[in-house]
Amino acid sequence: MSERATTQQPKSEESTSDSTDWPPVTTGAQSVIRALENAGVEAMFGVQGGAIMPVYDALYDSDIRHIMMGHEQGAAHAADAYNVVSGSPGVCLATSGPGATNLVTGIADANMDSDAVLALTGQVPSHMVGSDAFQETDTMGVTTPITKHNYFASDPDTVGDTVGEAFALAGSGRPGPTLVDLPKDATQGETGREPGPARPPETATVQMSADEQAVKVAARAIENSEKPVLLFGGGVVKANASEQARAFAIEHEIPVVTTMPGIGSFPGDHELCLSWAGMHGTGYANMAVTHTDLLIAVGTRFDDRLTGGVDTFAPEAEVIHVDIDPAEISKNVHADYPLVGDAGRVLEQLSDAVEHTPDAREWREQCQTWKREYPMDYATPEDEPLKPQFVVEALDAATSDRAIVTTGVGQHQMWAAQYWTFTHPRTWVSSHGLGTMGYGLPSAIGARVAADDDQEVVSIDGDASLLMTIQELSVAVRENLDITVAVLNNEYIGMVRQWQDAFFERRHMAADYGWCPEFDKLAEAFGARGWRVDDYDEVADAIEEALAYDGPSVIDFHVDPAENVYPMVASGGANGLFALSEDQL
Amino acid sequence: MSDGLEGPPPEERPHPDGRRNTQGIRIDPEVEAEPEVRQAVFSALVAHEPGVLARVSGLFSRRQFNIESLTVGPTQDEDMARITLVVVEPEPGIEQARKQLEKLVPVVSVTELESDATQRELALIKVEAGDPDKVNAVSEMFGGETVDASRETVTIEVTGSEQRIDAAIETFEQFGVREICRTGTAALERGANETA
Repeated sequence: MSERATTQQPKSEESTSDSTDWPPVTTGAQSVIRALENAGVEAMFGVQGGAIMPVYDALYDSDIRHIMMGHEQGAAHAADAYNVVSGSPGVCLATSGPGATNLVTGIADANMDSDAVLALTGQVPSHMVGSDAFQETDTMGVTTPITKHNYFASDPDTVGDTVGEAFALAGSGRPGPTLVDLPKDATQGETGREPGPARPPETATVQMSADEQAVKVAARAIENSEKPVLLFGGGVVKANASEQARAFAIEHEIPVVTTMPGIGSFPGDHELCLSWAGMHGTGYANMAVTHTDLLIAVGTRFDDRLTGGVDTFAPEAEVIHVDIDPAEISKNVHADYPLVGDAGRVLEQLSDAVEHTPDAREWREQCQTWKREYPMDYATPEDEPLKPQFVVEALDAATSDRAIVTTGVGQHQMWAAQYWTFTHPRTWVSSHGLGTMGYGLPSAIGARVAADDDQEVVSIDGDASLLMTIQELSVAVRENLDITVAVLNNEYIGMVRQWQDAFFERRHMAADYGWCPEFDKLAEAFGARGWRVDDYDEVADAIEEALAYDGPSVIDFHVDPAENVYPMVASGGANGLFALSEDQL
Repeated sequence: MSDGLEGPPPEERPHPDGRRNTQGIRIDPEVEAEPEVRQAVFSALVAHEPGVLARVSGLFSRRQFNIESLTVGPTQDEDMARITLVVVEPEPGIEQARKQLEKLVPVVSVTELESDATQRELALIKVEAGDPDKVNAVSEMFGGETVDASRETVTIEVTGSEQRIDAAIETFEQFGVREICRTGTAALERGANETA
């Protein structure tokens, strides 16, 4: 049973009546902008250039807020974070050639994390395509493998419809990035056609409800389980299904593990919550997943960072796999009870079908025992450098429950995910599947634009990651965005150094900066506020001042360069054999 | 120096006995299960637009699916094309291939053909003309047609199942085969059964 439905509804219902007040379109470019307005787009992130100028000219007359980014990669990451925080597809804009190729990393990132992003790229005029023209690249060829679908829109009469379709497709079913390549003759070309409403293509069918018979069979399995675990993935967040997830877990008292993208889908401070599992997951989460007899997985794709080696992943468990994308079912881990459908809808179906709570009291106690046996505690000796975990916890304590955290990639990202307690969905914004260093700062910009005024935006970044996209600090200053960047500066590409210590006999090749810019002074040079912190007693004040400052702040925390991330499961290893220290690897 | 975290080390923890194979299917830990590979013929109905073939072959390349052959051609509906693919993979791989194909926006439907579906391939075989009578005799055995003849070479067209073409080529080899050009498999379900 298939219904055409969008997981994230674009706010298009009333817009068409407003559009009668707008002047009629006369060019393809105006049609593009009109299509975005109809779809309810409020903000876009982009960088100008020759081929995309007609679209920007049409944007000049629009109320859509445009944020000029420093680099197109920043525009793509900002659009991605905009989607993660708001639930609506993010939109980024770039010119042809290098503009489009600079978007590629951000689009690939959105593809791996199933984030809804619409990328609009300028292109040389249609008659010049294929001739190696100035700033020409085969954008369609380059982005086909990393988009849900891409379009070459060369007809001014239909370019608006195409943009609308691409926008809707990005947010429909399993979200993902889409791209529309806009040759200059199409956007400059004349047309009198108003774009139609944004609709995904007919072939992109989405099944919202799981087969009732399959649900019943899965429900019986849940009732009879003795050691059940609920595994909530990023799909629970994307489906806005936290309410159903919470209700189901609490009603049936089933311990909850999340994946990294699923952080915030279930309150991290709840007794049933075992935090997240996988390569750097908590020991207790990994024990639960290893010993469970029924893994109820919702909205996850069983990525290898979660499973470790598939041969030792949940080896004694039957698996219920709920996912909106049928291709993910049994792709990596065999699903004994496949349930294709929307996370929220299927959780409701299961809730109706499960007639009694599984008898799992001993199991719950075992999980609590594991929580006590494998605490995430760390020491903070005064005569040693500042511990990064301390900084993360201090930031968490100083901010509200709904504060948004964005990160780069590496050790700092792991500590942020381990030591910050997330209680709300859409407050954890990170690059999971692609693991893109440099994601932190531009995503903080996108998050800030999408967030409510009372939500703080904190970017926990690494020194190496921050240097990759630091030019976006100019954007934060120009737009006066209230973000706080906390650099966990150990003057290393920390995660690489950790692996070299463990697996390459400490041969530190290209991991050692030895020197970093003074980030606090660099921030001030950009026009932001900067602080440098070296000792424990400086931490609280710097955080308080930075959060209070209504604009971009950068705190350069010089942290212990020898600190490593634990627990750790070696690549392809068994989750149950997680190492608590280097000698256990 | 990073000291790590507190807790029982790996050797002091309980360990489950179970195991999964490379496809993520739970198996008896004693058994060394080797995934069985088989051949599947898919027929996909796709929108007749520029670039569709590139999308399909790109999909198979990046997902590392093993394709034996791929053909594409127009159908009775001018807006639709038909792609026929022969895939050789273990069962979960065949399932994945079908599901990933279905996800592509221009792909309307995909079916795996029954083993009794009508499957045909065409081959042009350019053979040394040394003994034209014998070449002709072999050609007749396989129902082939001579489509080109010269003093040095004879080109024969053979149509039939993949196995028949293989056999024909092997038999022609005794004369010396200069060049071969084979199409992929074209296939349709039997009778009134719909093919994708």
